[in-house]
Amino acid sequence: MLRPLTLIPVAVFAVLAVVFAVYLWQVGPGGKDISKIPSAMINKPAPQFDLKPIANLPARLKIPGLKTADLKGGVSLVNVWASWCPPCRIEHPVLMNLAQQGVTIYGINYKDKPEDATRFLDQLGNPFKKVGVDNTGRTAIDWGVYGYPETFVVDASGHIRYRHVGQIYPHQLESLILPLLKQAAQPVTDSSKAGSAGAGGS
Amino acid sequence: MIAEIGHYAVVLAFMLSIAQGILPLIGAHRNDTALMGVAAPAACGQFMFVLIAFCALTYAYVVSDFSVALVAQTSHTLKPMLYKVSGVWGNHEGSMLLWILILALFGLMVARFGRNLPAGLRARVLGIQGLIGIGFLAFLLFTSNPFLRLDPAPFEGQGLNPLLQDPGLAFHPPFLYLGYVGFSMAFSFAVAALIEGRVDPAWARWVRPWTLVAWTALTIGIALGSWWAYYELGWGGWWFWDPVENASFLPWLVGTALLHSALVVERRDTLKSWTILLAIIAFGMSLLGTFLVRSGLLTSVHTFATDPERGVFILGLLIVVIGGSLVLYAIRAPMLKGGGLFAPVSREGALVLNNLLLATATAVVFLGTLYPLALDAIGGGKVSVGAPFFNATFVPLMVPLLIACPVGAMMAWKRGDLPGVVGRLKVAVGLALLVVLATVMIDGNTDIVAALAMGVAAWLVGGAAVDLAERTGLFRISLSDTLRRAANLPRSAWGTAIAHSALGIMVAGITASSSWQTERIQIVRPGDTVELAGYEVTFKGAGNVPGPNYTALRGTFELTANGRRVTMLYPEKRDYPAEKSSTTEAAIHTTPIADVYVVLGDSDGKGGWATRIYHNPLVPWIWAGAIFMAIGGMVSLSDRRLRVGAPKRAARKTPVAEAA
Repeated sequence: MLRPLTLIPVAVFAVLAVVFAVYLWQVGPGGKDISKIPSAMINKPAPQFDLKPIANLPARLKIPGLKTADLKGGVSLVNVWASWCPPCRIEHPVLMNLAQQGVTIYGINYKDKPEDATRFLDQLGNPFKKVGVDNTGRTAIDWGVYGYPETFVVDASGHIRYRHVGQIYPHQLESLILPLLKQAAQPVTDSSKAGSAGAGGS
Repeated sequence: MIAEIGHYAVVLAFMLSIAQGILPLIGAHRNDTALMGVAAPAACGQFMFVLIAFCALTYAYVVSDFSVALVAQTSHTLKPMLYKVSGVWGNHEGSMLLWILILALFGLMVARFGRNLPAGLRARVLGIQGLIGIGFLAFLLFTSNPFLRLDPAPFEGQGLNPLLQDPGLAFHPPFLYLGYVGFSMAFSFAVAALIEGRVDPAWARWVRPWTLVAWTALTIGIALGSWWAYYELGWGGWWFWDPVENASFLPWLVGTALLHSALVVERRDTLKSWTILLAIIAFGMSLLGTFLVRSGLLTSVHTFATDPERGVFILGLLIVVIGGSLVLYAIRAPMLKGGGLFAPVSREGALVLNNLLLATATAVVFLGTLYPLALDAIGGGKVSVGAPFFNATFVPLMVPLLIACPVGAMMAWKRGDLPGVVGRLKVAVGLALLVVLATVMIDGNTDIVAALAMGVAAWLVGGAAVDLAERTGLFRISLSDTLRRAANLPRSAWGTAIAHSALGIMVAGITASSSWQTERIQIVRPGDTVELAGYEVTFKGAGNVPGPNYTALRGTFELTANGRRVTMLYPEKRDYPAEKSSTTEAAIHTTPIADVYVVLGDSDGKGGWATRIYHNPLVPWIWAGAIFMAIGGMVSLSDRRLRVGAPKRAARKTPVAEAA
């Protein structure tokens, strides 16, 4: 009495149910966090770019521009920010704290007005060793930036080791960023491990 | 004490649902009237106990009884009364209770108004409703008990997510659930028909009003949700193809297909197996939406505090209910005899085309919604499927549907006369061409696709009008005869014409708002004026204003047109201290042809404010279209044919439809 045609719905549903069950099991306790957004750039060399410094910088803020070659030679953080982005403002003291601890931080100033960016750094302090201006947004696209602020951990060979979407909260300094920087200082052979931590924390 | 009564009432309802889910089905199998007779009183009792539980929970919210954990987590004494009440279903546990209340309400209506149904069918339908009830009541009792106490009780609650403290959203879930759960009726009828192995026009006639109720409610629910997204999220958009939006849209699409295919079963006694399948899938999609949102597999504004245990439970429920019914379908559907072949050019042929396109559109949306999840599940990585995919796939499927709609609606049953119908529709064709031309002339950029879409909108409205004019003999016979004919016209014909022209209104709104939206984003200082679309918007200043449970930063804008004041606009940014979050409240000036939409952004610290101002032409037509669509559904529901006895099985009145 069974006809193949009427079996199709239940077959489709069975496949679907298996997919759901597998996914539910993965998401389950201690499972992967689906709210994390992985980056396709993990363990890849940082994209090629050569950005100009912020225009008309006053003498007290001597911050040169940023290009790919600058990222080589030491572990660094690359922070994408803008003066118009409120979370960037909130995050800024955290970056200042990191800079005081001797962490090298580079900035990519995203679609900002030079005078606003200058005022931002004047008011809140400058944690950046170098800041490149990305007026077109092209460099941000090359980095795969998802939202602002966004911070990347780049190792001494210029490879991206971790991406942090959104602001870095003060409590994440000890628990997340500093360990990541330590990990990035390890040789590249260990990079797959660091990468998977960034890709989904599974 | 009140909370314990509520809890106890849920337990009693659970016991009754077990009786309702088992005894009548056995009774119907053995043709034992005593066992079948259990169904109706059990359904009434179940409703009563669930209602008691719901009232108990509502009471706890109204009096802010923070010894109930749920109330403490999601309410606050300072919350306005409306949101204290809507807070009952603004959380996972309470919304499940509302869901069950509506399920029990539908059961009550079958028990109360379904006396003319054949005893066996009625017992089976109620029995299956009881089985669904067992599943959901168990889910509530064992994983999501809303009546858990908290000791010690806090002095103040944590508050409801401010985004949900909104009149549009207060009523969004009840309508949505009325739609979701309403499809359980079509589902129960379908499964009962599979058990009996019999589907006939009378069956279709009984199913149709329930489907109409569900579809109408779902239409309103989705429209409320999208309206809320439009004015609350502050981006000027109204539909984002967000997975959760899609989860509510999928049952709507299947329900729309079901409404149309049930007509074919009713009139031509064919397409049975397909209609049964649609009825199962419509409810399946409703359950799927619930599963996706509650299990935490999708994250969005709709996601409640999630718990994988709940996900496992709902998945189990989904497998038993939908998997079980599909297995039954696979076994029984081949036994349903079709009413033979029919001509492609006919009303039924047009309805099949409608179903094919709607089913394909459903498949496309389904795929776009679940593909990222499925890919991630098999370790394929993260992808997101966004608006571009849906616009590129869904819209092209809708175009033939919309173009065929007026033709199909005028086609005769059995053998249609395509040239004749097209000939009679020449007025609508002319109207459509006129609108295309006018649009091209008004819109300097000659966006030809948008102009054609406006033509399609006019075609739908014109087609519906021509259909009515033809049926009433307008301009062919005397006016008094026309009026008499109009009065005698079946309500369903009116309902169809209203719903189809509503679709046209909606298409016009969607096209115009997405093609000719003007957007201005800038920093303004008091006194600055922004011009857009013939309006001038002048910023007067911004200051703090206290609210009942928030403080608002309110901007004052004057809207003028040609130097004359139209209105004042007060967009706000609200800060909710209890919930530690904030919302944007766009200020919207609505006219019949456009919205001016102002959003206040952040201060630049020097007296300037970021502002976004939009001019959205015809955007109110989207919701006007949805409202008319729902009105069409209600008018159709009042059709005599759905109330007066069906030809074959029942001789007496069929007041099932009055359940609406």
